[in-house]
Amino acid sequence: MGRFKIKKQDTFIDMTPMSDVMVLLLTFFMLTANFVKEEPVKVNTPGSVSEVKIPESNLLTIFVEKGGKVFMTMDSPEAMTKLGKQMNTNGELNLNDQQMQSFAEVPTFGTPINVVSQWLSLDNSERNKYLTSGVNEGIPCDSTNNELTVWVKAARTACGENMRIAIKADKETPYKVIKRVMDSLRSIDENRYNLITALKTAED
Amino acid sequence: MAKKGGSKQKKMNARVDFTPMVDMIMLLVTFFMLCTTLIKPQTMEISMPSDKNDLNEDNQSQIAASKAITILLDENNKIYYYTGKPDEAKLVETSYGKDGIRNALMHLNAAAQQQVQALKKEFETRRSSNPTVDAKNQEEYKKRLADIKNGKNTPNVIIKATDKATYKNLIDVLDEMQICSIGKYVIDNIADGDLAKIKDYKANPAQQ
Repeated sequence: MGRFKIKKQDTFIDMTPMSDVMVLLLTFFMLTANFVKEEPVKVNTPGSVSEVKIPESNLLTIFVEKGGKVFMTMDSPEAMTKLGKQMNTNGELNLNDQQMQSFAEVPTFGTPINVVSQWLSLDNSERNKYLTSGVNEGIPCDSTNNELTVWVKAARTACGENMRIAIKADKETPYKVIKRVMDSLRSIDENRYNLITALKTAED
Repeated sequence: MAKKGGSKQKKMNARVDFTPMVDMIMLLVTFFMLCTTLIKPQTMEISMPSDKNDLNEDNQSQIAASKAITILLDENNKIYYYTGKPDEAKLVETSYGKDGIRNALMHLNAAAQQQVQALKKEFETRRSSNPTVDAKNQEEYKKRLADIKNGKNTPNVIIKATDKATYKNLIDVLDEMQICSIGKYVIDNIADGDLAKIKDYKANPAQQ
């Protein structure tokens, strides 16, 4: 009856602009995604002031865990396949096609060479357990049985001169272990490599 | 909708509810955000000396004992250094970080450090928005920095770690090399003499 008529409020909010933005964000994240690689052990890298970025591709990473276990990985499944094939050619490994497939897909490896095929025959979930528990963990790299050099040499032949080697070690790792890894690399004439660190400023 | 004679078409609402879609996309965005590593880890490039003995005399740089600083890393984050020849030099205990080893190194490398500061300032003023000029400047900067670092009067640092020192200790010391603009450093195996020195120091710190 009054002169004013209360306008009926529309509670419907237009979601279109929001979904536009969301799709944009999603696309951005999808395109820049490089997934966190599953690591068998937690590695806490020490901080450094160095600002050199890690190379994008063709990278061999050597993980060194607190207890001194050594693991290895390549940056892509293609590189892993190349490495596996090279190891087959060298006669170190004898993987069949199916095992080669699994080898290309594993995020990290680190067992003595004689149990690699046995390890690859395991289930996906079993594999990680096998890596971290039991006696067969880590790539042996002591003076009597240095398989790390075998792997690195094979990777160098498989991936060429441009492959970079990076060492990712825990900050609590005793120097003894690091020295063993560095000496192994030195013995096969790999004298340039990167040490992976976290960012830190000079003040702290 | 009262029925009044002829059929009246129901007015369709053309608006589509986007809320479920936004929900889902939000979930996906969260998933990708959590699963990606946007920041690439930093690295430190090092070149170790080769153990091949076929280097000729020219390639081998003999370290002058007077300019050598030896840093010893020991367990429990202990750090010692001495300058000069191992047999006569005194061991000094210090600490990691800016009040300890950095102070000592800065002091020993003061000349080069000043030059580096001056160089940094110079290039700060020359910074331009033109990418090609900037790249050129960067290159020149790097070259001149290397020149200063490898200059004649800069100290040579020898880093030796005992088996019980940690990886963090090593990285910290390598970091100091960068902060203090020391170009010539080497990681070496610890010698028995150095171990004995540490032992002596521990047994009798006051005498040193």
